[in-house]
Amino acid sequence: MTATAEKNPASRRARQEARLGWYLAGPAFLVMLAVTAYPIAQALFDSLFSHRLTAPDEREFIGLGNYTTILTDPVFGRAMAVTLFITVVTVAVELVLGFALALVMHKALKRLRGLLRTSILVPYGIITVVSAFAWYYMFDINSGFINSWFSWVPGITEDLDWFSNFWTAVTVIMLSEIWKTTPFIALLLLAGLAQVPDDLLEASRVDGATWWQQMYKVIIPNMKAAIMVAVLFRALDAFRIFDNVFIMTGGEAGTEVLALLTYHQTISRLEIGLGSALSVIMFLCVVLMCWAAIKLFNVDLARGTDASSGKGEK
Amino acid sequence: MTGSRPRVAATAMIAALALTGCGETDDTPVLTWYINPDDGGQAALAEQCTDEADGEYIIQTSLLPNDAPAQREQLARRLAAGDSSLDIMSVDLPFIPEFAEPGFLAPVPDDVAENTTEDTLDGPLEAATWGDELVAIPFTANPQLLWYRESVAEEAGLDMDEPVTWDDIIDAARETDTYLGIQGVREESMTVWVNALIASQGETILADEQAEADQLQPQLGSEAGQRAAEIISTIGSEGLAGPGVASLDEEQGMRLFQGDNGSFMVNWPFVWPATNAAVEGGDLDEEVLDDIGWAQYPRVEADTESAPPLGGVALAVGAESEHPDLAYQAVECIVQPENQADYFLTDGLPPSSDSAYADDRFEDEFPMAEDIREAIDNAAPRPQTPFYNEVSEGIQSRFTPISGIDPETTGEQTDTFIQQVLRGERLL
Repeated sequence: MTATAEKNPASRRARQEARLGWYLAGPAFLVMLAVTAYPIAQALFDSLFSHRLTAPDEREFIGLGNYTTILTDPVFGRAMAVTLFITVVTVAVELVLGFALALVMHKALKRLRGLLRTSILVPYGIITVVSAFAWYYMFDINSGFINSWFSWVPGITEDLDWFSNFWTAVTVIMLSEIWKTTPFIALLLLAGLAQVPDDLLEASRVDGATWWQQMYKVIIPNMKAAIMVAVLFRALDAFRIFDNVFIMTGGEAGTEVLALLTYHQTISRLEIGLGSALSVIMFLCVVLMCWAAIKLFNVDLARGTDASSGKGEK
Repeated sequence: MTGSRPRVAATAMIAALALTGCGETDDTPVLTWYINPDDGGQAALAEQCTDEADGEYIIQTSLLPNDAPAQREQLARRLAAGDSSLDIMSVDLPFIPEFAEPGFLAPVPDDVAENTTEDTLDGPLEAATWGDELVAIPFTANPQLLWYRESVAEEAGLDMDEPVTWDDIIDAARETDTYLGIQGVREESMTVWVNALIASQGETILADEQAEADQLQPQLGSEAGQRAAEIISTIGSEGLAGPGVASLDEEQGMRLFQGDNGSFMVNWPFVWPATNAAVEGGDLDEEVLDDIGWAQYPRVEADTESAPPLGGVALAVGAESEHPDLAYQAVECIVQPENQADYFLTDGLPPSSDSAYADDRFEDEFPMAEDIREAIDNAAPRPQTPFYNEVSEGIQSRFTPISGIDPETTGEQTDTFIQQVLRGERLL
């Protein structure tokens, strides 16, 4: 037997496996192309035109004109800033709250665990539009009860119109967002907590580590991957915030976020070109966030664990 | 149990078929009428006209979204995509030019135009016309009136039999420490208000309504525009519309007006049946109802007649409809003056036809019918341009919150902003 003959069976098997892989994933891949690649390409194409749905004859190629309009407009800058602000604040608060909830769930008695998880998950199960309306009516000056219940809090009076001022409006929007999606982060972190090896914790306890030391030296480093996945997923989600703002203020009081700005151009104004350009910009932002998370922070989405620990296992 | 459901459905279908007339077969053309949500009046008219057609066509209704901008969005998308199911559409008046300009609407046959507009009041007729041609058939016409609490007017010493001005009611609200029911929310109602204030001075928001996008000239910075901004700004900065002014729409304005601090309110006629219903349902004291009076929309200048805001819908036929002739036949049936009168009584939306007001059933249900007719006759349509949405949203964004208006600069800034948006230089 020559060397080549020895090699052949292995490489043939590899090729067969690759082919099988394509057979299995192929249909799904084609469907993905049809439902994502095609619309994305169409949006890219449309974004190069000045095109208004109700003036089909005046469609005109303007190259990157839409992008210049958008990027030089303070309205866009403001929407971007508001979106980033909401993203950063909500994700940070959710991470802290979610971690606390995850610890509670992790430490809960076996008997209570199921009940606890279910009750914590309830807000996440509510449709966003429904929760947005619930929060809206709670705070609304005409129908809300918050003003009369909390009138003892400094700054809250019967006459406070929450949705007429940026800071109060954005606070309610963020509260509603945090209330609704903290359970999601808590659940992801709970999975991460379960990955922390008990023997490591025990060893640290034997060595006399305090609660804080256990937390910082053992638990958090061991669940870094879970934390990063949770942060990435929530950040991508928070960046695309729409429902809460749409229902509560409709973009008034300076609360217009990127998704809402895109909606206004495309759906209300029927300016397909401008709207497509905006959605392309939003898409690029999301891609950038994913890239940064994966490349800079080594989040391995497939394994749910980071590259270094993957190597360690080998 | 599960087996009985299809049977029930089938029976219901047979019953429905049996009810909808005699001469219908499977080939009977089905016309789809896209209606705005109401209390069922349009669906009843569809059934009635299907019966009258005696097998020539069947009208089925399809419900549009709740608010007017969302209705426009759906209709525009369908029209642009060439949807052939748009046989008949109930279109809110200000959006007619936008649909007519690109040829989305089927031309109105001369005889239909003649038959349906014989006695149409001026306001709605003008609103259904684009470029000197009738492009839709007027159906309802909805003007705002000035509603007032007789006790407050008396306390302020206002003679409500004489025309009143905005200054009068602002003074009255100041003196009596009550709230004015206006619409301060950032919605279509803001444009409605601004337009009425400018039109009441005999001016218009646009210099030339037929102009192209980049030639359109809003004149909110004009003298009339500044005067309008001044009135709105006074109410806003002095808190004369209460603390909830930024979310005050027609519905909330009505509640404010019905409350202890209510004084004067500009609003559509729906407030009358709504207030009556609230009293019947026990949510409101009978005294409040007895205290309510109405008059023509307030004037801006004491000696110039006011031009009240005008709403309502006209019926249009889609250009891609497979049966435009039948659709226009159906429209002719729907808009008969008797039907308009019935619709007013069932759904509270006033007729656009003059002769419909001769109906003596109005007296009990709508004692203000004659005032409504007068208001419609004096009413001014909102700017008629295919770019109405941009003009309106531009105004809404710059004139809210109303406490932030600077009468001297806001108008001019709005003009520049709308022009930039229309030239594609700004986002909205």
